[in-house]
Amino acid sequence: MRKVYTRLERIAGSVVAVAAGDATYRELAQLDWPGGTSLAQVVRLEGGRAYLQVFAGTRGLPTDARVRFLGRPMRVAASDAVLGRVFDGAGRPRDHGPVLDEDPVDLAGPSVNPVKRIIPRHMVRTGIPMIDVFNTLVESQKLPIFSVPGEPYHELLARLALQAEVDVIVLGGLGLKHDDYLYFRDTLEAAGALARTVAFIHTAADPTVECLLVPDLALAVAERFALAGKRVLVLLSDMTNFADALKEVAITMEQIPSNRGYPGDLYSQLAARYEKAVDFDGAGSITILAVTTMPGDDVTHPVPDNTGYITEGQLYLRGGRIEPFGSLSRLKQLVNGHTRDDHRPVMNAMIQLYAAYRETLEKRSMGFRMSEWDERLLRYGLGFEARLMNLEIDLPLERALDAGWALLAECFEPAQTGLPTALIERFWPQGPA
Amino acid sequence: MPNTGRIVAVNGPLITVAFERPVVQNEVGYACIDDLRLKAELIRVRGGYADLQVFEDTTGLYVGGKVDFTGEMLAAELGPGLLGQVVDGLQNPLHDLAAAGGYFLQRGSYLQPIDRERRWPFTPVARIGDQVRAGDTLGSVPEGEFTHRVMAPFALVGAWRVRAIAEAGERRVEDVVATLEDARGRTREVSMLQRWPVKVPIRAYRERLRPHEPLVTQIRIVDTVFPVARGGTFCVPGPFGAGKTVLQQLMSRNAEVDVVIVAACGERAGEVVETLREFPELTDPRTGRSLMERTVIVCNTSSMPVAAREASVYTGVTIAEYYRQMGLDVLMIADSTSRWAQALREVSGRLEEIPGEEAFPAYLESVVASFYERGGLVRLRDGSTGSVTIGGTVSPAGGNLEEPVTQATLKVVGTFHGLSRERSDARRYPAIDPLESWSHYQGLVDAADVAFARDVLRGGADVAQMMKVVGEEGTTLEDFVRYLHAEYLDAAYLQQDAFDPVDAATGAERQVLVFGEMLAHLRTPMRFAGKDAARDFFHRLGQATKEWHRCPWGEPAFEAARANVRALVDEVRDA
Repeated sequence: MRKVYTRLERIAGSVVAVAAGDATYRELAQLDWPGGTSLAQVVRLEGGRAYLQVFAGTRGLPTDARVRFLGRPMRVAASDAVLGRVFDGAGRPRDHGPVLDEDPVDLAGPSVNPVKRIIPRHMVRTGIPMIDVFNTLVESQKLPIFSVPGEPYHELLARLALQAEVDVIVLGGLGLKHDDYLYFRDTLEAAGALARTVAFIHTAADPTVECLLVPDLALAVAERFALAGKRVLVLLSDMTNFADALKEVAITMEQIPSNRGYPGDLYSQLAARYEKAVDFDGAGSITILAVTTMPGDDVTHPVPDNTGYITEGQLYLRGGRIEPFGSLSRLKQLVNGHTRDDHRPVMNAMIQLYAAYRETLEKRSMGFRMSEWDERLLRYGLGFEARLMNLEIDLPLERALDAGWALLAECFEPAQTGLPTALIERFWPQGPA
Repeated sequence: MPNTGRIVAVNGPLITVAFERPVVQNEVGYACIDDLRLKAELIRVRGGYADLQVFEDTTGLYVGGKVDFTGEMLAAELGPGLLGQVVDGLQNPLHDLAAAGGYFLQRGSYLQPIDRERRWPFTPVARIGDQVRAGDTLGSVPEGEFTHRVMAPFALVGAWRVRAIAEAGERRVEDVVATLEDARGRTREVSMLQRWPVKVPIRAYRERLRPHEPLVTQIRIVDTVFPVARGGTFCVPGPFGAGKTVLQQLMSRNAEVDVVIVAACGERAGEVVETLREFPELTDPRTGRSLMERTVIVCNTSSMPVAAREASVYTGVTIAEYYRQMGLDVLMIADSTSRWAQALREVSGRLEEIPGEEAFPAYLESVVASFYERGGLVRLRDGSTGSVTIGGTVSPAGGNLEEPVTQATLKVVGTFHGLSRERSDARRYPAIDPLESWSHYQGLVDAADVAFARDVLRGGADVAQMMKVVGEEGTTLEDFVRYLHAEYLDAAYLQQDAFDPVDAATGAERQVLVFGEMLAHLRTPMRFAGKDAARDFFHRLGQATKEWHRCPWGEPAFEAARANVRALVDEVRDA
């Protein structure tokens, strides 16, 4: 039986110090006081004191709270029973269901041996043409969705949760508005997709420290499923809140800030989470899509900047659409050569034509006269936005490619597309032009 | 009697340990949790307390826990069998770890990088009675295509005499192959295996020479315009997505050197996976053997413990120096040095040192400088030469080159390959900015020709700038042609298609020939009817030149494509 401590020597922000000589680093402790209870984790040991990060925050915490060390690090239940459940940032049920403690796994486990990874080679089909056709998502890929508040990134995540062809969806909410949480829950429930989903939701009203735990909870569960051979898609939103929580905690711990107040280890902290994305040699895979809102729409802000160095490309969500320029899936070359023969050429041709359309728009706004070619481009651009870029569209890759050919045929002569003749003969829609 | 200490504080990867008997700065200690022993390095002593950075996750360490001091600095194992290995920052062989530990890197498991049981056919070189000094050859074993020299230990002081030497035959790395005796009659047994502290340069050579010969990377913009010298240093800063890693991978694949050391430091695991899965399948055109046989991969990817990032860079460069001692040319690539600098910053912050710019420690510059100084061309004691060329990528925050790591690096390197977001967005690869980059080394071609080419590029950029304001209509034909010249040189020489089997790698001779000919074309007086005709001409000339790049060297198609380009120029020659 371990000793119980009843004297907190320091309370600052979410961190308390207790004179406990027998605590071990990163160990979990239970705090009890008349007004509440919380878990806490050892974040520093010094001079006979253990510094504890209190998950529930320290508001109303008396200095004589009871501190009991549990002798184990933070864990999360990861059996099949978690599917269909919703938990909070401390791993407690948020859905009034039973508390789970089967098959617990430690949070933030060791990293995967690089020689046990394989070169990714499986596409993740999402039914969203801007992803499947133009920025193909690949199993084990980690991709941020760079956006700004107000954009429909939660709608996008919900659609990915419903449509992505994977075995398990793990949803991690960081600093979500309560409404957004209800939106996710209701959308998934209505579509009957909850059964393959497990969600860890931290809302803006919850203690900051719990926000830090969400990615670890989500990824620990994802890892367990991936090792069991499942293809897992982890959806996180919003990782900027995670970085801000890190900043908050680091400042209270009196760490020296490096860039705009963020701690010097921001890169390592983000990488430790994103690098959990993996395609195991001989088991399943973890793919991560994470919304990262850019403060001031500035991609050089430390959070999107550090994220960009870690992830394998990025999707920009602007004006309610996935931006075709700037968005990039670095791994798409690994898979889009094996889908359908016309995939790569159609992808390139359609993007080039869309770029030409944007130039034409600029010309038009400057008052230049529109040529016949410009008119074609204008028709094409509008069609492209309505039929492929629209986030409401749900088409399998092949039908999206067919839709692309149909649009090209409506707007252009075959030779104007710059596509190889052989492909045009095979795929150009026949019939009344 | 073992020297031990007791943990008094744990703060992230840093522990403070109370000790009683003397300790050594930078010595290795093991922090113990029951049977688990976590490797750590002593980095500061204050009073009776030592600060150690732990190379593993510190979860579970506790105050009062035991630390075993070893008295030895962090060292790399050197001997035959290093080539082809994939190791972590502490030189643990990852394939063996996978065999023992499965999918994950379990902390506290350390394996020997060099196989103790493998037998090597040893041939003695030194004879009984010979006088030897540190680094002198005692014998040799074949390793891949190289003759791996078995050398007198680098730590040897003064002259020693060979008292005994093993006969030719199969030997294991720990077998004694020679016995040495110094003037005072002390003897020392030597095996094929030696350990060397990674933070100390190996200096068992006669002298350092000035790098004078270009190192051919087969990347045109590098070899022709911004060359790297054999034994020189270069850096590649660039924002994310500009192609740093792809460029480094191309160099490690195509560079004309004997040995390549890739230190993947704090970057994505996926990139290491590509290298370690693809290199065994690729053949080195120079030897016909697998590319992996000349490569050592030291990887400490971004999710692996932070303190070991620093170790990975030093372990890599120590192995590079070891092969240089055999008279070989070694290319050492560190991707990315910014992650290593960030690890320094993280540890410095935990030590509560007074921060410098952007919270990087004040000693950042000297650490970076002394790392790059470990590169160099040297003359060994037997008269042969060897070299270590060091190339480091830098990942500047926000793509801003004013930040401390880039600035500290630029001061000490001989070549700067600055990657630009504009070029990579425009798909102009390799995205080395031809206006911002520089090199202090002599390349394959005459310096005057390089200066001419850079003038062409600069002139074109000026005209392009002007055209943005006045439009094409307001530009004179002469200026417009200057602009087209620059575009042509850029598109048809500086840019290279990494996916085309021929264009991906351009040999030295070919570069000299093609570059010379292209400059001759640019110097040819040409006459055009108007801007459209000029644009059309340079478009065709560019296509024809790119076609030429895709023709294999020495084949009839090469000469035909060359003639094709010439014929085009003749069409517009102003006689």
